[in-house]
Amino acid sequence: MSSPSSDSSTPRGEAWVWFTGLGLIVGLGMVIGLLSLVILNGVSVFWAPHVPVAQIDDGRTVIGQLAQRRIRPGSLANAPQYERQYQVGLRELNGNSYLWVDEAKVKAETFPADILGLERVENGPAFVRPQSLRKSDGQVLAITDSAFEAAFQAEVAAASAVREKLVEITRHQIGDVNAEMEAARVALRRAEDLRLTQEIAALRLKITALEGRYAALLAESEKVVKGGAVASLTSRDSAGRDVVIPLTQVVRGWFPNRLDTWGRCQLFCSRVAEFIFDEPREANTEGGLMPAIFGTLVMTVFMSLMVTPFGVITAIYLREYAQQGAILRIVRISVNNLAGVPSIVFGVFGLGFFVYVLGGSIDQLFFGDQLKYNNNTPVFGTGGLLWCSLTLALMTLPVVIVATEEALAAVPRGMREASLAAGASKWQTIRDILLPASAPGILTGVILAMARGAGEVAPLMLVGVVKLAPTLPFDTVAPFLHMDRKFMHLGFHVYDLGFQSPDSDAARPMVFATTLLLIALVVALNIGAIWIRNRLRARFKGASF
Amino acid sequence: MPATMNPATSRIQVRPSAEREGRKDYISIRDYGFWYGQKKALDAISLDIPERQVVAFIGPSGCGKSTLLRNLNRMNDLVDGISHEGDITINGRSIYDPGLEVISLRRRVGMVFQKSNPFPKSIYENVVFALRVMGVRDRSILDEACETSLRKAALWDEVKDRLQDSALGLSGGQMQRLCIARAIANRPEILLMDEPCSALDPIATGKIEELIHELKEQFTIVIVTHSMQQAARVSDRTAFFYLGKQIEYDTTEKIFMNPSQAQTEAYISGRFG
Repeated sequence: MSSPSSDSSTPRGEAWVWFTGLGLIVGLGMVIGLLSLVILNGVSVFWAPHVPVAQIDDGRTVIGQLAQRRIRPGSLANAPQYERQYQVGLRELNGNSYLWVDEAKVKAETFPADILGLERVENGPAFVRPQSLRKSDGQVLAITDSAFEAAFQAEVAAASAVREKLVEITRHQIGDVNAEMEAARVALRRAEDLRLTQEIAALRLKITALEGRYAALLAESEKVVKGGAVASLTSRDSAGRDVVIPLTQVVRGWFPNRLDTWGRCQLFCSRVAEFIFDEPREANTEGGLMPAIFGTLVMTVFMSLMVTPFGVITAIYLREYAQQGAILRIVRISVNNLAGVPSIVFGVFGLGFFVYVLGGSIDQLFFGDQLKYNNNTPVFGTGGLLWCSLTLALMTLPVVIVATEEALAAVPRGMREASLAAGASKWQTIRDILLPASAPGILTGVILAMARGAGEVAPLMLVGVVKLAPTLPFDTVAPFLHMDRKFMHLGFHVYDLGFQSPDSDAARPMVFATTLLLIALVVALNIGAIWIRNRLRARFKGASF
Repeated sequence: MPATMNPATSRIQVRPSAEREGRKDYISIRDYGFWYGQKKALDAISLDIPERQVVAFIGPSGCGKSTLLRNLNRMNDLVDGISHEGDITINGRSIYDPGLEVISLRRRVGMVFQKSNPFPKSIYENVVFALRVMGVRDRSILDEACETSLRKAALWDEVKDRLQDSALGLSGGQMQRLCIARAIANRPEILLMDEPCSALDPIATGKIEELIHELKEQFTIVIVTHSMQQAARVSDRTAFFYLGKQIEYDTTEKIFMNPSQAQTEAYISGRFG
């Protein structure tokens, strides 16, 4: 063996392989880091940890869940001092749910079994030491009573049932009556204006009947509120004050230091279920995200339904029919550049064209009476589900066009020739042969479009997404799907929680949970589309051209 | 074997052509020239193809034989920048007649390609494709056409139990016979075959050649082939092309036994090309 000289043994040719590999590692690392950050923070929101009672050396006692721990700002880097943030709750008494404490000043932390965590309808959570429970039948149970916890949970469940009934009456039934009344009043104004005496009488009768129903429902709801005595909980808070909390205010209560793992899992699942299936409360910082999930899903599906046919027929024209030449090249370049236009520009276009021009015209043409007799309240001439879907469809159009063109070009020439030689016209060839064969490629484009559309927020803020929509865009009143309604969207929800929330400490965990949900939704939509594509691909497997 | 055998072609057996009735100039090509852009691919071709006979086009690669074949059903219309001179008539009518739609021309002139190209559909749908695009909806007509075509293509017994299976699951030889069945399903008058056996093994090739013999009872067949043996075995008449020119066109027997042109003899005896 010859002695290796430094010149000849260094592999010069492949010197940059490690560099390209490094790029992949950095990329993967960032993706994994992002996902694990979101998943860890998002999932831990729903987990109930032990809640300490902290003795502080100024004599105070703090009962609260540990929210975060950080290096105290201003402390020296080589001798870091930490501070802890406790979520103590009871915002109506403390002014703030959260409390920062120097770690050095915490003398002792104990975990007594009688700490009770409460999620409440208003004013956020509470961490207290209950003293006694006044049941709705007047019986008072002390915390030492062995039946205390069972009785407490039963009272919470009963109060929740009452609250749900109330929501059903006030939100849905009274809401329906109000909507009908509104429509009747508009009709009455029209009838009065046009002097349709018969109709005026009929409508007045109808309005009187609706007013009767409204009064009846109001009375019923008051009966529900007043019916039965309200159970309440007397507790001692951090400051040693006695606090009385009516159980109608309590959504959920748990003894964090008494729960076993199974109990914690049950609590976790019940919180996740609430998060996914319930409506938000407390300025969106608590409760569920059902309307936002539903809005995101419906909007993305509609966007796909609009962009796919539009993109596909455009691509068919460009690829199959248009005269290939300089003009077509310019058109192609323009279409590709459309994909690079900032999304907010599409939002402005959507507002200017779809909402004001198209929506305004629709209102003029079909909802003229509505405008005239309802204080110029627009129907389609304002942001809504339809305009959001259209705006995003426009934004993702280039993706679908490019993917479809490539898929059409990739269909083997033999298939095209075989079809034409069999006497098929060009359109028959496109419809029967080219489109089925390029369906997997087209779907890839739709998947990319969906992934981009589902996560887009900026343009939607201009054309119909709101912080809190009173009704879903889907209900039991014809035409069932209300494309004109404003709706909630997970992406906007994240922005709203993170930057517009009055209580940013309380909103922070929800930002992560909502982000996780948004990612999960986009992944689920993509998996669905990929599954369809793979099924289509399997049909063409083994094609040998 | 004929006594006047040319030593150079002794390996090749010629099947004597049976004279059938029919028009002698069923397909008539007159002074035909063809350009791809500026490049002249065919020059002054003139030949008559009789009805219900098999005519083979032979010649080295790039000699224009495939181009001529693909012009018979105007498949070259798909290419940009083409032009032609002269005329091709089928049964007396020009294929460039403005009153003749190219679709109806292609319905009368079926085509089988070099690479088998079944659609990614079921066997059944492949065979009846031409009928479907003609607008035939009647299930019984489609079923009958499917069976007849598959029988004619000698594929029926192999696939009759799995007509609804994907055509892409067939073997290479079966796929090519399926393409033949597809090409004859709407009963064209002429069948064009562009090197139909070049991707097949000898057994599958033998089956297709048998098939050509049976099909010529009903169809006029034009076949492009690189295999001299195949041309000799299946065709009644043979045309030899070289560099876009028609060198010789005569009965297969004459071409292989006693070619009048030196170039033809050189080519079929394997001395060039």
